[in-house]
Amino acid sequence: MQELINRAKELLADGTVARVLGWKAGDLPYNPEPAYFEKEEDFADFVYNGFCGANLSKYMIEASKLEGKTLVCLKPCDTYSFQELMKEHRVDRDKAYIIGVGCKGKLDIEKIKAMGIKGIKSISGAEIDDEAETLTIDTIYGEKSCAYKDAMLERCHVCKGKDHMIFDEIIGESKETKDADRFAEVEKIEAMSPEEKFAFFQKELSKCIRCNACRNVCPACSCRKCVFDSNKFDSAQKANVDSFEEKMFHIIRAFHVAGRCTDCGECSRVCPQGIPLHLFNRKFIKDINELYGEYQAGADLEPRTPLTDYRFEDAEPGIVAERG
Amino acid sequence: MSIEKNEEFRPKIVAFCCNWCSYAGADLAGSSRMSYSADVKIIRVPCSCRVNPMFILRAFERGADGVIMCGCHPGDCHYTSGNFYARRRMTLLFSMLDYIGVENGRTRVEWVSAAEGAKFSQTMHEFVDKITSLGKNVRLEDLRCRN
Repeated sequence: MQELINRAKELLADGTVARVLGWKAGDLPYNPEPAYFEKEEDFADFVYNGFCGANLSKYMIEASKLEGKTLVCLKPCDTYSFQELMKEHRVDRDKAYIIGVGCKGKLDIEKIKAMGIKGIKSISGAEIDDEAETLTIDTIYGEKSCAYKDAMLERCHVCKGKDHMIFDEIIGESKETKDADRFAEVEKIEAMSPEEKFAFFQKELSKCIRCNACRNVCPACSCRKCVFDSNKFDSAQKANVDSFEEKMFHIIRAFHVAGRCTDCGECSRVCPQGIPLHLFNRKFIKDINELYGEYQAGADLEPRTPLTDYRFEDAEPGIVAERG
Repeated sequence: MSIEKNEEFRPKIVAFCCNWCSYAGADLAGSSRMSYSADVKIIRVPCSCRVNPMFILRAFERGADGVIMCGCHPGDCHYTSGNFYARRRMTLLFSMLDYIGVENGRTRVEWVSAAEGAKFSQTMHEFVDKITSLGKNVRLEDLRCRN
């Protein structure tokens, strides 16, 4: 991490960049937050560890409008989002100096808490230079430890790979963390009966408090004016008065990013209610892969995305009923 | 004295028809004196591509039991390619509805040209029968909209 800080300070000092977009320590040991660093002394609370899950590419939309270049720290999966935003002309490549930071899988504090580890004072073993094998957690009830892998975010178990898609330079080692099938959960739901499916989603979605965190964090959800904020539709900021609104919101949210979603998993990470929102996005990705050919959003700069493209011989919508 | 109530289930069906083909097809069905069920309510749209996935969900919310979208045959779109995009969108949306457990027979896409009055009438008959057999839509409706 020191290498990253030194390099950032160097670029800031020689005027290559006007600011650095990274993570600063939060008020708890496991909630670092995205922040700008403009002066050398700001770097005192710069952090980059296993809890820095936030995808900074969305912040580049605003940063692209600022004077001068912004140094942005992107993890391998964040570079997909950045490239997708470039494709949509939402970020300016010339305004960004991308440092590809190494990633050994990001951690989910909820998983650690679910293991019964509470009252956390500090966590070691999550620094980027560490081996990422075990975490040692100092709690008010004494020292506890757990395997790094068991505390990893769901998205890291289906990691897209440790290569950065776009970068100016790379600092730090990355590690392959994929150990599960990306579509296994989706397939499990597909195999259920309609009643079971409905009950499953009813149960998950009824937890939604409509805080809009999933929308606000999503790098693909970057409209200036969102349909869910528009007073022309009656969906504007509607509290969840009935189960329909919840389903409507989540189906449309996922639909609006279909074909552009890079599966970065931020929606599920930020959900305060722990709703597995990635299941919606992944269903669309799976359908797109099966019906219109394998596609990974953000892996290239090809302007045609599955929903802005067509083939004469595309499947008819009736295929859904035929597949059963 | 009692009022006789008709308890027989009559489905409410919303049909989004494109202005250039299917709406004209429905017109032809009418002027050729071919019948189709009065349960079908047609909404005219400029192109099948105009149909936002939200329209379909809203129709269900407001009490529709089935939603059918009709457009020009692929390749015949008045705007060259609108129905191709609509086709991909609807495929994904229907698949998602199936995924969350809404019976997939409640949605359908059919391509009807302006010359296919008979096809329009037949498609609507089939769809009404299908929805009648599925019964009332209870999974996607807003309880406040129940009459």
